[in-house]
Amino acid sequence: MDRIPILRMGEFLLVSIQVDMHDQLAMTLQDDLTSMIERTGARGVLIDISALEMVDSFIGRMIANISGMSRILDAHTVVVGMQPAVAITLVELGLSLPGVKMALNIEKGMAYLRAQRAAEEGDGPNDLRYSDDGGAGYGTRQE
Amino acid sequence: MTCAIRMMGGQVMALVKSEELPVRIEQDVVMARQAVRRLSVELKFSLVDQTKMVTAASELARNTVVYGGGGTMRCEVLIDGGKSGLRLTFEDQGPGIPDMSLAMKDGWTSGGGMGMGLSGAKRLVNDFEIVSEVGKGTRVTITRWK
Repeated sequence: MDRIPILRMGEFLLVSIQVDMHDQLAMTLQDDLTSMIERTGARGVLIDISALEMVDSFIGRMIANISGMSRILDAHTVVVGMQPAVAITLVELGLSLPGVKMALNIEKGMAYLRAQRAAEEGDGPNDLRYSDDGGAGYGTRQE
Repeated sequence: MTCAIRMMGGQVMALVKSEELPVRIEQDVVMARQAVRRLSVELKFSLVDQTKMVTAASELARNTVVYGGGGTMRCEVLIDGGKSGLRLTFEDQGPGIPDMSLAMKDGWTSGGGMGMGLSGAKRLVNDFEIVSEVGKGTRVTITRWK
């Protein structure tokens, strides 16, 4: 069965979607990524969609799902390289992908992930930006 | 492939090219997207218009597979006066749509999607027509003019 490869680089996972995905392939990627985050303890996921010539509601939903699931697994997701024609079409289709972090290119995406990590490391228990998981409950977490 | 001249609404519309593809399984959705891309390029659609038409085709082809239980996509290249266009017809013999106004609503889905398929596809094209009969099937026709 064909799969989209997931590369590990330190505490980040990198995915570059280079094929015209059928729905099952998108679902498999979603499953593979979440289990890989769990297995490796990755703290960030970068998804490169610069080769995607189309994002429809199904692929859009997959992107939103990955972003939401990875957040629950304590990793940030950034989607990079969306082609302008794809962005225009997505918005007209009615999908603005709220809650999904986008970056113009891989460099900016990596910078975002590193900044998220630096903020988490630096602020530690006082970081109240994610009060749902990182605030008051932090002190009771078993490390 | 066929060539024909048809009278439509008193105007002469030429059907330059017609192809029909099966839309039965998930992989057919990818094939449908690629066929629409190829025809949109042949028609020299702008990149944005190509993307819109391919995306609309993807939504409707998926509906045909998931909700219609499979069917066909017919692609027609049209010339109407000075302008050219691409018309796609998705047809299935599935269960049909009992409540059309609900199905056309943003965010409504009877399946696992985001509910953007029909309403979203409509926004991406110039002409949109849907005919559905419960127990008989559904036919969606979209056209994008250059």
